[in-house]
Amino acid sequence: MTMVKNIFIRFFEYIGAQVLEKLEGIGSFTKHFLDISYWTFKRPYRIKLFLDQFYFIGNKSLFIIALTSVFSGMVITYQTYIGMKVMGAYTLVGPIVVLTIAKELAPVFSAIIVTGRCGAAMAAEIGTMKVTEQIDALEVMGISSRQYLGVPRVWATMLALPLLNLVFLFVANIGSWFVGVEVLGIEEAKYYSKLKSFVSVSVLFEGLIKAAVFGYIIGLIGTFHGFKVQGGAEGVGKGTNAAVVWGMIVILILDYFLTSILVKVLYEYGV
Amino acid sequence: MLESAISCRNITKKYGEHTILKNLSIEIPKGKITTILGYSGAGKSTLMKHFLGLVKPTKGELTILGNEVPNLNDDELRKFRKRFGMLFQYAALFDSLTTYDNIAFPIKEFTKLKKKEILKRVQELLRAVGLSDESLYKLPSELSGGMRKRVGLARALALRPEILLYDEPTTGLDPITTKMVNDLITTTGRTENTTELTSVIISHDIQATLKISDYIAFLERGEIIEFSPTKEFKNTTHPTIRKFLDLTTH
Repeated sequence: MTMVKNIFIRFFEYIGAQVLEKLEGIGSFTKHFLDISYWTFKRPYRIKLFLDQFYFIGNKSLFIIALTSVFSGMVITYQTYIGMKVMGAYTLVGPIVVLTIAKELAPVFSAIIVTGRCGAAMAAEIGTMKVTEQIDALEVMGISSRQYLGVPRVWATMLALPLLNLVFLFVANIGSWFVGVEVLGIEEAKYYSKLKSFVSVSVLFEGLIKAAVFGYIIGLIGTFHGFKVQGGAEGVGKGTNAAVVWGMIVILILDYFLTSILVKVLYEYGV
Repeated sequence: MLESAISCRNITKKYGEHTILKNLSIEIPKGKITTILGYSGAGKSTLMKHFLGLVKPTKGELTILGNEVPNLNDDELRKFRKRFGMLFQYAALFDSLTTYDNIAFPIKEFTKLKKKEILKRVQELLRAVGLSDESLYKLPSELSGGMRKRVGLARALALRPEILLYDEPTTGLDPITTKMVNDLITTTGRTENTTELTSVIISHDIQATLKISDYIAFLERGEIIEFSPTKEFKNTTHPTIRKFLDLTTH
């Protein structure tokens, strides 16, 4: 009887500890978000640090974004063509691919690539600074580490990602055109006329808004896990891993909710 | 009676049920070198964090340079911390910045000096800590442990602080560099500063402490069990301190 009682107590203790840990995590993430928001509007504005980060996130991600987008555009065109040919509507391949890429693939893929490349780098860099007391050194000098390290990274990711999203969209469409027109033999005139009929500039907005929100979240998660690092090299590894894993999970979950909201706002209410 | 730079009155710090500092009182004199000695886990680092306003006491009063530190808000604390310099255990240099940029960092942040003036000040500070211009554009990874400590000290002195804190300044250094750092603590701070510089050292290096300190405090389990001028401290009869002195001097 005592043994059963002990097992029950341990079980509830475990559940309680898990709940408390998660609540603590949510609390500290909310505090991090509020700190970043607060320090965003406090002087001095760190323009140079922002530009350095913008260059690192934007320019240094261009090649990998271009490479992945061209092949994504090509493979989606191939698969869509096979499906549409059965129904005899293969001339619609162009607009279907453009809409898919503009609304979903470009923002989500760009965000995932930036999470892996830059979210991880943010967590590792800030985490290393934390374990080597460089963050304490900043604080002791009277400089907010959140303002100096966090704010430029979060805003740079938020503004760089929509631009990378546009690059993804443009290059993926070149890949799509190449496979559709040059490889699969869709008549070029039909390909363009269907594009004109179904695709408008407003399609871009959905992807751009999503990319900006994803960018902000990636910056926030990357810096949060950097500041949270404890211990030595092992802690930095764990922080980097958490930044990438949580970044990707949150992007995919958020994508659904953002889509539901944007569909309502942009199409149903005609904003 | 010497004027106090740091005054702790009945400070208690608790983390949950765990008491780190117990009713601790100490008056650290202005313009002197005071070392806080103690075994690992005695509460030395927590006490240092209180001085910097990084931690607030659960109970008690803490006055530094006339400021009631626990009552300062975040903005006031940031301004207040500019009156401090700190040499970290492993120097804590920004590893993406050169020696020049590390030392110039606080100067660029908090003064309106021109580039030429900043360079002149950095060179002055480098010379004060015994380094030449050769190391000016080297990254911390290209410097030895001793050189990094000296650059860290130069950075700590950059804004002419009123209080200089040292966290284990000689840990991990060879005997020659240790002597050099100790000499710097006793000389550089004083020559660099126009006002009287108060130095507070956290250490368990008893040999160095006896040589360079004007006052020594001994912290045990969150309590100051002895605080006296170095001469008196050497002759203390307190059994714990005698044991510490005997173990570390033989």
